[in-house]
Amino acid sequence: MTTLQPPAATGPRQAPPAARRDRRSWTGWGFIGPFVAVFALVFLAPIVYSIYLSLFRDQLIGGTTFVGLDNYQQAFQDERFWAALGRVTLFLCVQVPIMLGIALLAALALDSGRLYGKSFFRITIFLPYAVPAVVATLMWGFMYGTKYGLVGDINGAFGVTLPDPLSPDLVLASIGNIVTWEFVGYNMLIFYSALRVIPNSLYEAAEIDGAGQLRVITAIKLPAIRGALVIATIFSIIGSFQLFNEPNILRPLARNALTTDYTPNFYTYSLSFNGQQHNYSATVAIIMGLITMVIAYVVQLRGMRKGA
Amino acid sequence: MRRNTGRLLRGIALLSAVALGATACGGSDDDSTGEAVSASDVQAALEKGGTVTVWSWEPTLKSVAADFQKKYPKVKINLVSERSGDKHYTALSNAMSAEKGVPDVAQIEYFAVNQYALGKGLTDLASFGADKLADKYTPGPWNAVTQDKAVYGLPMDSGPMAMFYNKRIFDKYDIAVPATWDEYVDAARKLHKADPKVYIANDAGDAGFTTSMLWQAGSRPYKVDGTNVKIDFSDAKAKQYTDTWQKLIDEKLVAPVNGWTDEWYKGLGDGTIATLTTGAWMPANFVSGVPNAAGDWRAAPMPVWAKGDKSSAENGGSSLTLPALGKNKELAYAFVEYANSGEGVGTRVGEGAFPATKAELQSADFQSTKFEYLGGQEANKIFAESAANVASDWSYLPFQQYANSIFNDTVGKAYVSGTTLADGLKTWQDASVKYAEEQGFTVEK
Repeated sequence: MTTLQPPAATGPRQAPPAARRDRRSWTGWGFIGPFVAVFALVFLAPIVYSIYLSLFRDQLIGGTTFVGLDNYQQAFQDERFWAALGRVTLFLCVQVPIMLGIALLAALALDSGRLYGKSFFRITIFLPYAVPAVVATLMWGFMYGTKYGLVGDINGAFGVTLPDPLSPDLVLASIGNIVTWEFVGYNMLIFYSALRVIPNSLYEAAEIDGAGQLRVITAIKLPAIRGALVIATIFSIIGSFQLFNEPNILRPLARNALTTDYTPNFYTYSLSFNGQQHNYSATVAIIMGLITMVIAYVVQLRGMRKGA
Repeated sequence: MRRNTGRLLRGIALLSAVALGATACGGSDDDSTGEAVSASDVQAALEKGGTVTVWSWEPTLKSVAADFQKKYPKVKINLVSERSGDKHYTALSNAMSAEKGVPDVAQIEYFAVNQYALGKGLTDLASFGADKLADKYTPGPWNAVTQDKAVYGLPMDSGPMAMFYNKRIFDKYDIAVPATWDEYVDAARKLHKADPKVYIANDAGDAGFTTSMLWQAGSRPYKVDGTNVKIDFSDAKAKQYTDTWQKLIDEKLVAPVNGWTDEWYKGLGDGTIATLTTGAWMPANFVSGVPNAAGDWRAAPMPVWAKGDKSSAENGGSSLTLPALGKNKELAYAFVEYANSGEGVGTRVGEGAFPATKAELQSADFQSTKFEYLGGQEANKIFAESAANVASDWSYLPFQQYANSIFNDTVGKAYVSGTTLADGLKTWQDASVKYAEEQGFTVEK
């Protein structure tokens, strides 16, 4: 309030021009400063430090030496890393379309206005996202149990032998199931909110033209939420490449199936905390970050071009 | 995450005095550090006082620290006990490489002592006269903390192996308790035939168990001499183990359940896991983790490879060490010596720890302790016998922690696919050799 009083308001006017110019330029920095400081500290500094780390090698015998790009060369020839990348890529190609498809269906159904108990469905589908990933995974891990879990109970009750969801062949699909369960609601909400902002006049026009529901979806709704679709896809790509929580938490139940190099992130974690290979771990993390960036960027470019 | 819990439980294993009804043993003789110079230095430091930071998750150290402070009022023991297992080692390694915040005393499990000693992270306690304490300890633990003449820690507890078996199940199906591993396989077949839900044991691939089995069989896969290492799982003794164990895996006679999981506790409780071959620290875990099976279980000597043979091995156990970057070395040593060789041992055994010191192991009180959980059995007699028969020439790799972390990536395949155990061990060997070379070791082929 005090700033509105005349003496304060007239203050700057009394100051000499040079001082005023100074103050103005500092004010700008004052606004942007906190952001720049935090951005540099929590975003730029770790990246720069990781790049710095990736140029060295620390050995139990011999200590730390500068090795230039040797770590990168090693990573490009590292079968374990490429196998892990292959695994998450497969995950990405199968799980993400399924998850986004279900989310889109749910969003269209909610938006159609023909669903009875709309808010109930909306909250129910969204609810799994509110369950922390760790809890969700523990819960699913219990259900997957063939001895005392849900699978075991089904086997016992019906006298069947279901395949073990945590066996090496099926564990990736089991993780996909958990991730789908967790994130369908989240993606549905993105799509649904995009659908809600489509102007009603478009629907009215379509009705006048005699368009059916399917036609409305393909000609109005889907083009209108293309941006949201691209965003959700990019989030899902990043999420797939960064897969870590689920395998990490399921691991005590399936150590032999979920190896320490199961996903790229899990591999960097193991390198760092089991093998004390911090430098190589940083290298793998940087390469993985670059790959993720490139793929996400390509998807964004393509998605947007189509939209134009 | 769970793995840490497992480790933690193993650490907590040793708490439990009351439940076990263990009686405190007479404290050992008043120790002197032996060396005139060191002893007086230590004494002077104790009179001057100071603070000692101790990183250890061993629960019985709490009372020991309290007693120590009572005895030397000017010394303060700062016991940091929240971290255990992997988290503990990560923090310790981080502190050591940052050269900041290194504790004065750190608990290190036997399998990891080599690793820290090699990195020049630990103080050689021989300069304090610790080498004179050799005869106090059983051979397994002592061997684990020494390299040549250097002593890198004082043994805190030990895990001579024994076989725990569910007597109720064995009686129900009228099966004799196996004394050899061949009999063990037979018993496994009979049990599983009698009740397809019952398995003789759980095993889904556990590095600690496998290395202990190799140890007992007489295989010596790891040879370590400074920075020269040799890793070889192809000797005849290792084959003896893999041949026998492969039968159990192939015929699906072991339950595919990992230790320290809910399934595991349930299996131990309801009799579907009929035996457990592990360290002598296990009874306390039975009491806390499987209370509903009280009275069902008994201890027996670990099965052997040939009748009449008595070989045993160690599983688990840890020591207290002095990190090289720690401060107040004299005070730190005084505390370690008090806890693991002096009066503290009696206190800790009284609270359920399984000692590594001969005097306690052989004391009448200790041996005649009746385990209520084990149907009143005087199980310590079996454990002490096992401790005396542990071959002492076993060594772990200087990077065993890493090697163990990739055990399930390699040997684990034998449990879930067509790979054999022997092939799995070969893959483990190759991966360990690769790591050794990357880390600058000279690997003998």
